[in-house]
Amino acid sequence: MAENDLAVIPRGRDFWTAFRRNKLGIAGAILLGGMILMALLAPLVAPYDPRQTVEVTLEDIYAPPSPEHLLGTDDGGKDVLSSFIYGARISMFVGFTASFIAMGIGGLAGLVAGYYGGRVSNLIMRITDILLVIPDLPLMVVLVALIPRKVTVFGARLEFPVLAIIIAVIGLLGWTSTARLVRSQVLSVKERQFVTRARAVGASNAHIIRHHIFPLVFPLMLANTVLVISTSILSESSLSFLGLGDPTAVTWGEMLHFAFSRGAMSGGFWWALIPPGIGIVIVVFGCTLLGNVLEEILNPRLKAHHLSPAYQPRKRSPATMPGEVKPAPASGGGGE
Amino acid sequence: MAMLEVRDLCTSFFTPDEAEMPAVVDVSFSLEEGQTLALVGESGCGKTTCALSIMRLLPANGAIVGGQILFNNCDLVTMPEDELREVRWKDISLIFQGAMNAFNPVRTVGDQIAEALRLHMNMEEAIAKKRVVELLELVGIVGSRAAQYPHQYSGGMRQRGMIAMALACMPRILIADEPTTALDVMVQAQILELLERLQKELGLAVILVTHDLGVVAEICQKVVVMYGGKVAEYADVDTIYNSPQHPYTQRLLEAFPDLNRPGDSLASIPGYPPRLSDLPPGCRFEPRCPVAFDRCQVEDPAVHQVAADHWVACHLVEKLALSQEDRRRRAEQTRAGVEGGR
Repeated sequence: MAENDLAVIPRGRDFWTAFRRNKLGIAGAILLGGMILMALLAPLVAPYDPRQTVEVTLEDIYAPPSPEHLLGTDDGGKDVLSSFIYGARISMFVGFTASFIAMGIGGLAGLVAGYYGGRVSNLIMRITDILLVIPDLPLMVVLVALIPRKVTVFGARLEFPVLAIIIAVIGLLGWTSTARLVRSQVLSVKERQFVTRARAVGASNAHIIRHHIFPLVFPLMLANTVLVISTSILSESSLSFLGLGDPTAVTWGEMLHFAFSRGAMSGGFWWALIPPGIGIVIVVFGCTLLGNVLEEILNPRLKAHHLSPAYQPRKRSPATMPGEVKPAPASGGGGE
Repeated sequence: MAMLEVRDLCTSFFTPDEAEMPAVVDVSFSLEEGQTLALVGESGCGKTTCALSIMRLLPANGAIVGGQILFNNCDLVTMPEDELREVRWKDISLIFQGAMNAFNPVRTVGDQIAEALRLHMNMEEAIAKKRVVELLELVGIVGSRAAQYPHQYSGGMRQRGMIAMALACMPRILIADEPTTALDVMVQAQILELLERLQKELGLAVILVTHDLGVVAEICQKVVVMYGGKVAEYADVDTIYNSPQHPYTQRLLEAFPDLNRPGDSLASIPGYPPRLSDLPPGCRFEPRCPVAFDRCQVEDPAVHQVAADHWVACHLVEKLALSQEDRRRRAEQTRAGVEGGR
């Protein structure tokens, strides 16, 4: 069976049939997809532009929900709903880019460590150990606070926006789980005979990694990335909430930061606090659901073994048409 | 000069605590152009390790610790990795044991056969595709199935696909590591026929790793009988079958069914091949050898040449040769004595 585990990674149509059956996965996809759609269509959906300068009177500050401002206004007299919709853009942008950085670094580190082994692997894995042991948030706080925003490199003055630094810090600290996952998978894939065969054919290490190992590891990396996105968004919000973000950018973390530091809590202005909180929860929850389901589908090893007592054979649903493709063939070639 | 000459090849595996497990010791043989050589022996006798050593494809814990593998007068053992990459598949290719696992499950068969063409011949995509179809048809697979994935092939087809892949770059030597295990007799016969035909058509030299002595008799010219990582006997096929000298070869042949005597029960060799971590001090076959004597327990036999093309590693051969020598000498002495007495 072990030999065929990877052969049953569902692809294409099989993947969709397996995915459609999973209600949690669909729920996650809808939550996340809805938020992404909202962020993309922000100028069309939002009633106001949060970057617009508005003249405010005292009544406009922390005004409760009303027909003009469906979710009330914040400490600056701005529409909370609009900020919430625009905030989704930056929050998710930061989350996604940081996770892609993490996936790139983690994937590369995992591939190299797993394939070459020995000292290289030892070095990379000790680095991940160290990063895993240090609590993430305090380290991020320290790094974001310490990294200079203006750097002179060879006479050229470079200035980084705070968001870029936040993205870099989250990305550079978030790759460890991906690296471990990829490494473990590579360790098992590289012992397979087709890798020896590729070597016999005269392929170089780089060729083997690119054409034979990466395609088998990629699905798992993808599932893992979706999970990393949720932690990245959470990290970004935490950093902004703690006041380390870009005060001019509209993000959910900034919204929480301002509402919290300017008396929304003590004044009972719940409309300024709850929407960004709910936004974060929806995205994180959506990512986690989707990521877990993707991982379950793409990594058949996580499924209960059919001999274990916990295993419950899936009942054939009456809706299954005779011509429909079955999601996971139980055995690929064990009997041959 | 033979095309491939293996001299005193020694390959060992190393356990994590650095203990050395000699899997192949002092194996020597040579292969001429167009010839078929068989490596036979029980499982765990070092046949596959020997085959993999020739292409230097040993797993990470194995290494060639001595000897030479001369191909066209170049030593493959000391050749740098990038030069070796050129030799692999272009000059020497390999049919893996159990072709089921030699294909990457997520790439099409055609794509994987084309891989060798692209790596060695810098072939353009379209030409490579045509060549893949040719190759598949050569082994009796419809060309349109190049676009299919390995799991869509049957076991025999995958084996034939593997052969097509092995032939992709027109190699001069083909190492076939048990090409017919896990196949039923009909498919097995087809595959062997195919190999034989291709060998005749393309002038390949073949090293066949097998434990099927029937196959060996049919298609091989030379035979290396291995036991416990060492050469037990090395001769041409007729000699091996008609006058085997090593007790292991004799027992091995006895263990093979004889069609002329269908009523006979098959002989077997009691016991198992030695474990690499627990080798006997003397001859490696001694614990199972029915004709072993004292010397076998303490001294490992050297390889004796008993005829022009016949090598045997057994003390008995030496004893036989010695006793013959002895008799001759004694006869001479008596003759001399008689003459001196006159």
